[in-house]
Amino acid sequence: MVAAALALSLATTGCGGGGDEPAASDSPAAKAAGGRLVIWADTKRTAALKPFADRFGQENGVTVEVQEIADEQQTTFVTASQQGSGPDVMVGAHDWIGNLVQNGAIDPVQLSAEQKAGFAEIALKAVTFNGQVYGVPYAMENVALIRNTDLAPQAPATVEDLVATGKRLKAEKKASEILCLQVGQSGDAYHLYPLYASAGGYLFGTGANGDYDPKDLGVGTPASVAAFEKIRALGEKGEGALKRSIGGENSIATFTAKKCAFLVSGPWAITDVKKAGLAYDISPVPGFAGGKPATPFVGVQAFYVAAKGKNKALAQEFVANYLTVPDLAVALYKAEPRPPALTAAFDQVKAEDADLDKFQAAGRDGAVLPAIPEMAAIWDPFGKAEAAIIGGADVATTVNAAAKTISGQIK
Amino acid sequence: MATQLTSAGPGRRAPHGGRHRTEPYIVRDSAPVTLTGLTAKVVLLGLAAGIAVWAAFPLVEARAWAGLAILAGTTAAIFYLYLTRRHVPAKYLVPGTLLLIAFQIFPILYTASTAFTNFGDGHRGNKAEAIVAIQTASVTQVPGSTEYALAVATTGDPATGPLVFLVTDPATRAVYAGNAAGLRALPEGEVTVNSAGKVTAARGYTVLDAGQASARSAEITAFAVPTPGGAIRSSGLSRAYEGKATREYAEACDCVRDTATGRTWTADEGAGAFVAADGERLAQGWKVGVGLANFSRVLTDSTISGPFLRTLLWNVAFAVGSVAATFALGLLCALALHTPRMRGRALYRVLLILPYAMPSFAMLLVWRDLFNTDFGLVNRLFGLDVDWLGGVWSARLAVVLVQMWLGFPYMFLVATGALQAIPRELTEASTVDGAGPWQSFRRVTLPLLMVALTPLLISSFAFNFNNFNAVYLTTEGGPFPADNPTAGATDLLITYTFRLAFGAAGAQYGFAAAISVFIFAIVALLSAVSFRRTRRQEELYA
Repeated sequence: MVAAALALSLATTGCGGGGDEPAASDSPAAKAAGGRLVIWADTKRTAALKPFADRFGQENGVTVEVQEIADEQQTTFVTASQQGSGPDVMVGAHDWIGNLVQNGAIDPVQLSAEQKAGFAEIALKAVTFNGQVYGVPYAMENVALIRNTDLAPQAPATVEDLVATGKRLKAEKKASEILCLQVGQSGDAYHLYPLYASAGGYLFGTGANGDYDPKDLGVGTPASVAAFEKIRALGEKGEGALKRSIGGENSIATFTAKKCAFLVSGPWAITDVKKAGLAYDISPVPGFAGGKPATPFVGVQAFYVAAKGKNKALAQEFVANYLTVPDLAVALYKAEPRPPALTAAFDQVKAEDADLDKFQAAGRDGAVLPAIPEMAAIWDPFGKAEAAIIGGADVATTVNAAAKTISGQIK
Repeated sequence: MATQLTSAGPGRRAPHGGRHRTEPYIVRDSAPVTLTGLTAKVVLLGLAAGIAVWAAFPLVEARAWAGLAILAGTTAAIFYLYLTRRHVPAKYLVPGTLLLIAFQIFPILYTASTAFTNFGDGHRGNKAEAIVAIQTASVTQVPGSTEYALAVATTGDPATGPLVFLVTDPATRAVYAGNAAGLRALPEGEVTVNSAGKVTAARGYTVLDAGQASARSAEITAFAVPTPGGAIRSSGLSRAYEGKATREYAEACDCVRDTATGRTWTADEGAGAFVAADGERLAQGWKVGVGLANFSRVLTDSTISGPFLRTLLWNVAFAVGSVAATFALGLLCALALHTPRMRGRALYRVLLILPYAMPSFAMLLVWRDLFNTDFGLVNRLFGLDVDWLGGVWSARLAVVLVQMWLGFPYMFLVATGALQAIPRELTEASTVDGAGPWQSFRRVTLPLLMVALTPLLISSFAFNFNNFNAVYLTTEGGPFPADNPTAGATDLLITYTFRLAFGAAGAQYGFAAAISVFIFAIVALLSAVSFRRTRRQEELYA
């Protein structure tokens, strides 16, 4: 009987679009006490945010709750927002913006010129979409070349150098792989992008205002075919530097097991590398000799104001006027070592962590990870094409099939 | 469920004629209202009432009156049902029926109804929400305008009085009061301004603190002080800016107009979006019914219908192969351990059941790594250099092998149970009649086993037919042919659908629901056919 009643209430609240989980506690008592701000963040950041949320709450006489969303944050946020049970402030990656905007889930944030000046230029560019700033960035990330300095003391200047060193180490039985760059059976566009860009390929062209233009698709152009020819030459039927057997699940582990001297990865790999006790150094991902620069994608983590939040004025105050202080950015850096987007905070932590500067140098000329919703159509087909070509498939056929799939989905 | 047992028994059916009333009926009818029974009843009904109240609040808040009426009606019906002594069969049937409605019928109807809409990313809400989103997203700061420090104040009660924005120009430190009528300068002597430029007190006004202001959050966000260039709006509770919405909705033309460029996007109710003359759409759309469009897309889009048949064939082969492999291995183990001469049977049984006890998703990821070409245990152990998950047939074989490893303990368990139910005399009799071990297994044991196990094999088939994890966590549907990155060699219909509906251009729930309806039809058809055949088989051996 209890189960029946429970099921019934589930069914009725389900169709009424009522509140599951957090929203239910928005009681009149809380309102009378002076308002309540709900923040959603992932597991790591929840802990770092708590002290600041509490401080903000005390200073302003409001209750601030930081709730942990362990998985599928973007989908959970969009679905909950639509039902009216979402948070006031959301923390997440900047490439969500396109999707969040088309679902009317976030509001623009109006920053003053002075506030904008405090951020790294590329971080601000990343959260700008259709000319509006949609989030306050707090951390940046991009891949770089991490190398085992015992095996490879010198940073390679070109991909060719890297392959030569890797092959020599392999011949000397000091390593079993030339390069640890995650590919896997389904490919990985994010990690391959620096090499693809260096070989002359691009994903989306940029319009007059510097925004990505979904109508100018780079996959399927002759330049992209030529770029993938170079990738193929590095693949299993060529030099053997890129392999499908190295994927997201084992690339860092293979590097820390000293089976390869070079790893293409981001700040998130450093914790493992340090734990393994390797002598390492970080340098930009090298490009092909005579090619274009190997620009990695730069991603940004940001705070958003939920459009359907219950306390938008307070959320705006928190995001636009409170988060722009360096202390919080430093605390979030300590929770997970990604370079802070706030220049003042970056300078503060740079002194104690030399890696940060090196990662930032590697991403200095990087391309902002496209936030347009059309980017969602790229990842999967591009990755599949990458895996097939690295496995030795014909380049023109594969790239054209991927291009056809992508443009069919963009429409 | 203790309530029904104490409060009512079959006694209600006793004829009330008096003459035929027998002793046991009287005893059962008039009674035993035990303390435990009563307590259980009170507690359970109390819980039901509590849950109903808990569920009512969000319904009231969402103004879902129909839902509230259903909730109230059902709760009243539950109380009526368990407080009277009548309707005994209903007392047993209602809990199950409610669960069935809530967890089976409602989801199916909801999925089916979603299939007729364009529900998905960019089309989640209604038109009004889309218009609000478009207008809000178009508010930009007027170029070169002043950034003000803001204090939210009122001329009346902090909770209800009319709002006023007290804004300070940071350059001149002049203070203005703004409301719907516009800006008005305040004399310097009447206001106190702190070092940050924010007004802390002003004669005739009550400055709201953050708590009071946030209680009126929605009003503050919507508040705009008109200015010649646009309107002064709040950015949080301490700053204000002069902004202008460049896109406005006009009801007359049912369109959105960009005031800066003059471009218009007209509402297209068929597509649920604002569309410009050249076909450009605004990203923020709304949910509309699209009729059979999702279904016809499945049938007519060549990138979907092209690989559909091939995927379906492999899907059937995978389901049949998994069931056959797990059943063969499970039965073999069960037979081996059924021999009474075997020693340590209990230990072997425990060992065989181990794979069943491990979380399958973790095991699937482990198996994916075991099949890795360069680092996997399979290749290393056998000294092979097979690109397991990269080749079409090796990947298919790998997926079925993994499934066999994960699934055989289940088959072993059920086969062991069924074997023990077959009397040994039957096999002994066939031996006496001169049958060899194979013959007596083939002619006596197996047919009897199949009668008991076929329904389980069919349900196992239906499960494997939609075994998303088995494929998605090992091969992700790959390897993919070079000329088609949408349908891989090991793709099941369900993984293929998932990629189509969620992998690419955001989530397309309407489309995914349409494909689910197709898959539902296929599985239902296959199961119905096999159950018919089983019935015939049962008739044969029963």
